[in-house]
Amino acid sequence: MAMQAVFDENSPIYLQIMDLIKQRICASLWNLGDRLPSVREMAIELRVNPNTVQRAYQELEREGMVFTQRGMGTFVTEDQAKVETVRNELASRLVRQFVDGMARLGFEREQIRVKLDMYLENRPMEQQGDDEERG
Amino acid sequence: MDAILEIKNLKKRYGGRWALNGIDLELNRGDVLGLAGPNGSGKTTMLKIIAGLTYPTEGSVLIAGHKPGPVSKAHTAYLPDVDHIYRWMTVRQAIEYVSGFYDDFDHDRAERLIEFMDVETDMKVAHLSKGMTERLKLVLIMSRNADLILLDEPLGGIDPTSRDKVIYAIATEYRWENSAMIISTHLVRDLEPIFDKVLFLKDGRTALFGNADELRAQHNGSVEDIFREVFA
Repeated sequence: MAMQAVFDENSPIYLQIMDLIKQRICASLWNLGDRLPSVREMAIELRVNPNTVQRAYQELEREGMVFTQRGMGTFVTEDQAKVETVRNELASRLVRQFVDGMARLGFEREQIRVKLDMYLENRPMEQQGDDEERG
Repeated sequence: MDAILEIKNLKKRYGGRWALNGIDLELNRGDVLGLAGPNGSGKTTMLKIIAGLTYPTEGSVLIAGHKPGPVSKAHTAYLPDVDHIYRWMTVRQAIEYVSGFYDDFDHDRAERLIEFMDVETDMKVAHLSKGMTERLKLVLIMSRNADLILLDEPLGGIDPTSRDKVIYAIATEYRWENSAMIISTHLVRDLEPIFDKVLFLKDGRTALFGNADELRAQHNGSVEDIFREVFA
């Protein structure tokens, strides 16, 4: 069986599928112009309703991240600048989540930098291979 | 596209009590409806009426344009229909037996399902565990090319392994281009990723109906949380 994505059921699943697909594109798991799995294949991989995948594909198309060709399927955008923009958006969100979380714990600006540096120094190399599907 | 299921102002009275009291619902191809509610809320009554096993007191039900009856039954797969497989049969014989009743039975799909559901084909039905029996019944239902699939509590009393397999089977073998499906359950959490619409039944009325993701966004929580809210 294929890998099973675990979704947070407290927020719309189609939004999480959109994020997952954006991550795959930004991480170059899927390249510019690549064909996406069919809605059905994706639904089976993620164990979700195909309508939910369909919705995610439609929204991604509206955002310009993918495009469809009648009878051919759905493809990753060929616009490198678009991917870079999305990649930066995802990165900004992760940074915001991290910093907000640290601030809630009472860490100040300089302490946050120290914590981050310490982690970067000690981070084991092999962990970097596991990062692809992280959200 | 024509609706697979169209229900208008459906009412059912048992004696002095309204089991269903004015349900409206429309399902199209690809819809998977979670029908949720506590025991006695009318879930089974509603499915029985759609399956043509009992008559409504008021209102109308159309399945692909047909009233419940012989024509609609040929296009509707209802899980409890296969409750009566003979216990002395082997699993293999039970599949052959049930497939004889339905023109729309797909033997190749039955083979695939039996294999990944891990049901041993030479076991006697009488010797299957409860979870195995549920899996077999689901194989029999999902092997039909029906327009409308009605699963009444498919996870009732089964273990987590069986539950995962049931969910996987629904995800992989559901013909969403052609069918609509209703799954009744009081275990909303287990089936959450599979539903795209939900209808909460409370005392025979629609307490809440909507697209699952829209409801999550509106209520800022899971369908399970909303379920607890509605039935608290």
